[in-house]
Amino acid sequence: MSRSERNEPNDSKPYKWEMVIDLDRCTGCEACVVACRAENNIRISGEEEAAQGRAINWIRIERYWEGDYPNVKAKFMPVLCQHCSNAPCEPVCPVYASYHTPDGLNAQVYNRCIGVRYCGNNCPYTARQFNWFDPQWDEPLQEQLNPDLTVRMNGIMEKCTFCVQRIRRGKETAEQEGRRVKDGEVTPACVQSCPTSALVFGDRNDPTSRVAKMARSDRRFHLLEELGTEPAITYLKRLT
Amino acid sequence: MAPTQTPWEQIPQINRELLAPLQATTWRYLALVGVLACLVAAGAGAWIYQIETGIGQTNLHPPVFWAAYIASFVYWIGVSHSGTFISGVLRLSKAEWRRPVTRIAELMTIISVMIAALCVFFHLGRVWRWYYLIPYPNQREIWPNFRSPLMWDATAIFTYATASAIFLYLPLIPDFALARDRVTGWRRPLYVALSLGWRGSQTQWRVLRRAQRIITPLIVMVMVSVHSIVGWDFGMALVPGWHTSIIAPYFVVGAVHSGLGMVVIGLYVLRRVYHLEAYIRLEHFDKMGKLLVVTTLTLAYLYFADQLTVWYGKVPAENHVMYSMLTGPFAQAWWTMLVMIYVLPLLTLTWPAFRRWPLGMMVVGLLINLGMYIERMLILVPPLTHPRLTYEWSTYFPSWIELTILGGAMAMAILLYVLAVKFVPVISIWEEKEGRLHGREEG
Repeated sequence: MSRSERNEPNDSKPYKWEMVIDLDRCTGCEACVVACRAENNIRISGEEEAAQGRAINWIRIERYWEGDYPNVKAKFMPVLCQHCSNAPCEPVCPVYASYHTPDGLNAQVYNRCIGVRYCGNNCPYTARQFNWFDPQWDEPLQEQLNPDLTVRMNGIMEKCTFCVQRIRRGKETAEQEGRRVKDGEVTPACVQSCPTSALVFGDRNDPTSRVAKMARSDRRFHLLEELGTEPAITYLKRLT
Repeated sequence: MAPTQTPWEQIPQINRELLAPLQATTWRYLALVGVLACLVAAGAGAWIYQIETGIGQTNLHPPVFWAAYIASFVYWIGVSHSGTFISGVLRLSKAEWRRPVTRIAELMTIISVMIAALCVFFHLGRVWRWYYLIPYPNQREIWPNFRSPLMWDATAIFTYATASAIFLYLPLIPDFALARDRVTGWRRPLYVALSLGWRGSQTQWRVLRRAQRIITPLIVMVMVSVHSIVGWDFGMALVPGWHTSIIAPYFVVGAVHSGLGMVVIGLYVLRRVYHLEAYIRLEHFDKMGKLLVVTTLTLAYLYFADQLTVWYGKVPAENHVMYSMLTGPFAQAWWTMLVMIYVLPLLTLTWPAFRRWPLGMMVVGLLINLGMYIERMLILVPPLTHPRLTYEWSTYFPSWIELTILGGAMAMAILLYVLAVKFVPVISIWEEKEGRLHGREEG
């Protein structure tokens, strides 16, 4: 498929999907984690596997404590795949299962993955997750699987896709109507469910989009910026 | 062997003694094969169970995506360097004492390369899709990704396995011919085929020598490149503690270190079991000991240079990895490793009388191999358990399934060696004879 067929609305720049996370607004409620799980058919790991550190979360809330008792403050930081422009996970995959889409997403081709797990090692954010066993859902949870995407089998890597199924649908609709995707038209499950709107998603190539405006904030920073991975996720520093 | 015999008179005896292991089998040998086969079966069972249920049978978890299988892979590739180093480098330098050692080492090379490749298969999440790693023409025109160090690795291992098989086979041809003329029964046609019609004519000898002259320098270069590439599997990654430019030479020297240790073990066992005292002499243990001193010092130097840079630089992520070994959860393993691969070898092997004590040498060889195995685990585990985002810090120890599979692989390596001894003369007979007849002039 050529680049123009797939991505670029007529005579305009391609999309560049990015996210802004305002740490000042994050309450650590984990609604995003739950929504992501429901949207993306993430397998349910159970207590034992979670204790082994194997629970699959495409987005996690890292909790750090600051200060000494009794003046302790909990600080939260949602971490998900950073969809790096210069992604360390991509060149190391021996079979091209991990690759870069023309609109700037790090994609994982489940059918191609053979599970060497080099991408998992080389991701400095530990955003990549592995299917240690075949997935299972307790009755009646299997009834709520999302038909828009697959379930993943034992032995392969998976990770946040920015809800690519929603992006694709949004792009198709826009294309039929002969326009660009409007700002806010496509939202990943985590962004949609965030009660404080700490997460904002959109097209960075559209200078008027919310994500583009917020990413220019003075509070902006990138996670492990010194590694030069050029993440698509901009964090806004917490001031309070 | 009576010292009064001339070299020419010794030849029938050499033929007899060195072909003896091929001809007689004791019950103890069969019992050993039986025990090893059981261990291999246990490992195979565990592997099938892991394939059926999932890689979750290991103790891996994010962020530790690689551990015991890859450490074993590195270890076995390291052991495989014994053959090429001893045999290749000593042939190149025309070291006369190499003669009884080369075959023993070359056999180790080929067997441990196979076991190393097996470890990669243990590791794969979907091992039934392993052929995606091969660049085969396919309708979708999807090729492997040659930007990935793992593809360099797969290519290097394949090259190395092929080259070392040829390297082992070439000097075997005259010995296969010798066996062909003396063995009866079902093995005869096999030796007939393997000796490729060798008659020992002048032309055949000339061709053989030329082939050896071509492949020997090549295999030494392949050996250096293979373990450099194995090192780059780690060095190319961003993981703190892996991303260092010294890792390639460090891996090569480490490989030779453990490989030499393994050859000493092999020399000791074969000498004892097959009474090869007349061939594998104290002088050989002495020479191996000296080589081990060289690798100990070189390896220690490289390791020190690496750790000193980390320590002085105080980059937090790398410091965390280092202190997890110096004083943290891996301290016990780390200090044990230091004693086993640097301190004890240096204390013992620098003492001339010790180097002429085969049992002691064997024990040092064992220590070095155990220590190098721990070292491989320490290359994998501390860096992976200490990623830059401290929230993900973790720890790891292999599960029973991992240990069973790897134990089975170890048993398989020994089993293959034990079987090979019945089939291949463990000392290169023609080279031994050549040494006795012309050694002084050539060496």
